[in-house]
Amino acid sequence: MRNPLTVLKRRLSEHREVRTDGGTTSAGSILDRDSVRSAPFWLPPFLLIGLFIYGAIAWNIVLSLTDFQGLGTPDYSALDFENYVVAFFGGTPSWSELTVSPIWNSAWNTVVLMVSFSVVCLALGLVLAILVDQEIRFENTFRTIYLLPMSLSFVVTAKFWLYMYNVETGLVNLFLGAVGVGPIEIVQNPDLKLAAVAFALIWQFSGYAMIVYLAGLRAIPTSHFEAARVDGASTVRMYWRVIIPQLRTATVSALVVLTVFSLKAFDFLFSMYGGYQPGPSADILATRMVREAYSNGNWAYGSAIAVILFIMALAIVTPYIYSQYKRGEL
Amino acid sequence: MSTETGRVGEWSLFGHSLRRVVLYSILVGMGVFYLIPIETGIMTSIINPASYTGSFPYLPPLEPLVPGTGTLSLEPWQGAIDGLGQGLVNSVILVVPATIFSGLLGSMAAFGLTTISWRGQIGIYILFVAGIFIPYQAVLVPLTQFWYNVVPLQAVFAPLATLPFVQEYHWKLVALIITHTAYGLPICTLLFRAHYKKLSDEMVEAAQLDGASVSTIYRRIILPLSIPMFAVVFIYQFTQIWNDLLFALTIVQFGDAAVVTQDLVGIGVSQSGTNFPLRMAAALLAALPTLLVYIFFGDKFAKGVAA
Repeated sequence: MRNPLTVLKRRLSEHREVRTDGGTTSAGSILDRDSVRSAPFWLPPFLLIGLFIYGAIAWNIVLSLTDFQGLGTPDYSALDFENYVVAFFGGTPSWSELTVSPIWNSAWNTVVLMVSFSVVCLALGLVLAILVDQEIRFENTFRTIYLLPMSLSFVVTAKFWLYMYNVETGLVNLFLGAVGVGPIEIVQNPDLKLAAVAFALIWQFSGYAMIVYLAGLRAIPTSHFEAARVDGASTVRMYWRVIIPQLRTATVSALVVLTVFSLKAFDFLFSMYGGYQPGPSADILATRMVREAYSNGNWAYGSAIAVILFIMALAIVTPYIYSQYKRGEL
Repeated sequence: MSTETGRVGEWSLFGHSLRRVVLYSILVGMGVFYLIPIETGIMTSIINPASYTGSFPYLPPLEPLVPGTGTLSLEPWQGAIDGLGQGLVNSVILVVPATIFSGLLGSMAAFGLTTISWRGQIGIYILFVAGIFIPYQAVLVPLTQFWYNVVPLQAVFAPLATLPFVQEYHWKLVALIITHTAYGLPICTLLFRAHYKKLSDEMVEAAQLDGASVSTIYRRIILPLSIPMFAVVFIYQFTQIWNDLLFALTIVQFGDAAVVTQDLVGIGVSQSGTNFPLRMAAALLAALPTLLVYIFFGDKFAKGVAA
């Protein structure tokens, strides 16, 4: 009996002879394929993401079917969809003595935050990009300033805005006071919380939308601007009718990235509210999931919420990646 | 695009067209909007907490010249360094290797999936790209299980703790380095692939005809041509990993291995109320490395985020 490894080694060392051998040339050695020869480069990273991303996602799905709660290790012998029933309809699950509320509140907040944040970011980014594109002086300085907040972490941004929103000393309230309004409690006000979070996130990420749109504007041939001018179109009309429709690709890619950013707003809320409890009116799925798992010890229920969040992200990203693939842009 | 400057008959102000004046006013106004929270933070961070009134958070401490602005003091910064010192050290231990590993592996993956072309590689590559958009919540519980119950990293580190500079809690940072490397790989691979697609095939083909091996092509041709992209990728990854809270919170959890973002969450709050000068100094100190990187390499950062 020959050890398969020895066979493999021999084939590896002899593969040149095998090729000149005539009969086996067309099939070649499997080790001679480009996919195999380049495997030392792409395979280790691929195994790493295979284990950490796809393995972990699969494991998470299985965990969401268990009753894993509190300390100890998960029991994989009895799998069911109870956690999803609880997530959608609420009730008292078998692993708890307490009633668990469904996810609708945080799901709704997630969608509201996602839509308002992305739409305002895109609109503001587009306006800024058009203004920066007017052959202005100090263009680099303006661009650098607008993108600056994006280099900060969510945690730092939250600390800055916690200060800005402060009732007594915050700049927002000082400004409101100057125009005769206020002072208003913002951070703990159930009616304003989510808007305050969205506003701070818009401050942080609208510069990103600007950069993407600016690249899109610069890619449009100058002749399109000139043609619209010759036709006597006004500036507003030119942008609305001729230029903005050509920014579809830029819009879609910025939108996808911003949407995913908003799904990740956990860090911001954790820092803003100093822990796992942003309160019901600012609770999003990302915070609910981490709170259930890491604060309440409801690991399996947290996993189920994570699966729902994952499906939401998938619903946004899959069409995007597919269209990129179709257009050969991957 | 085309400007209206100097067009005859247009409204003008000091020789500039009104249109340009409005344009620059908006641009400057937006600049103020983006800078004012940071400016306010800087001004507040150098006020003596005892003299802090909060009446003019945007003014530098000018007492006794301007009453109510507080007196100048570096006490908040001293407090921030004391409060975040350990976290800053841990963050550096985490961010340097994680940035280098994810960058290097990303470059290798992109090379194997782009420069050397073979059938089916696009399928593998799509799995890399999709990884960029995964909400990390979807992997957190398995990650915690993996590092705490499956991999005996802590047991490996217990005997190592006798070595100089090695502490038992460092195992959590090693876990965090590997995790960040894995989750940084998709974006690094995307950035490098975009770069490698633009390189001309001629050099690689010529080298292949000369019988150069795949690894020779990588080391001699691709790696030297990747240096500008490494700058972009390293800056992007440095910022991402330094700024992360979620992975640290779920893998380090608490204790000596806490990184700077974790320490920052709770700083400046006590029974007697919020110490805003300390909190602002701490926020700025935690943001300083990424701010400096951004100020000095802003164009490369912009390139990274726009890709």
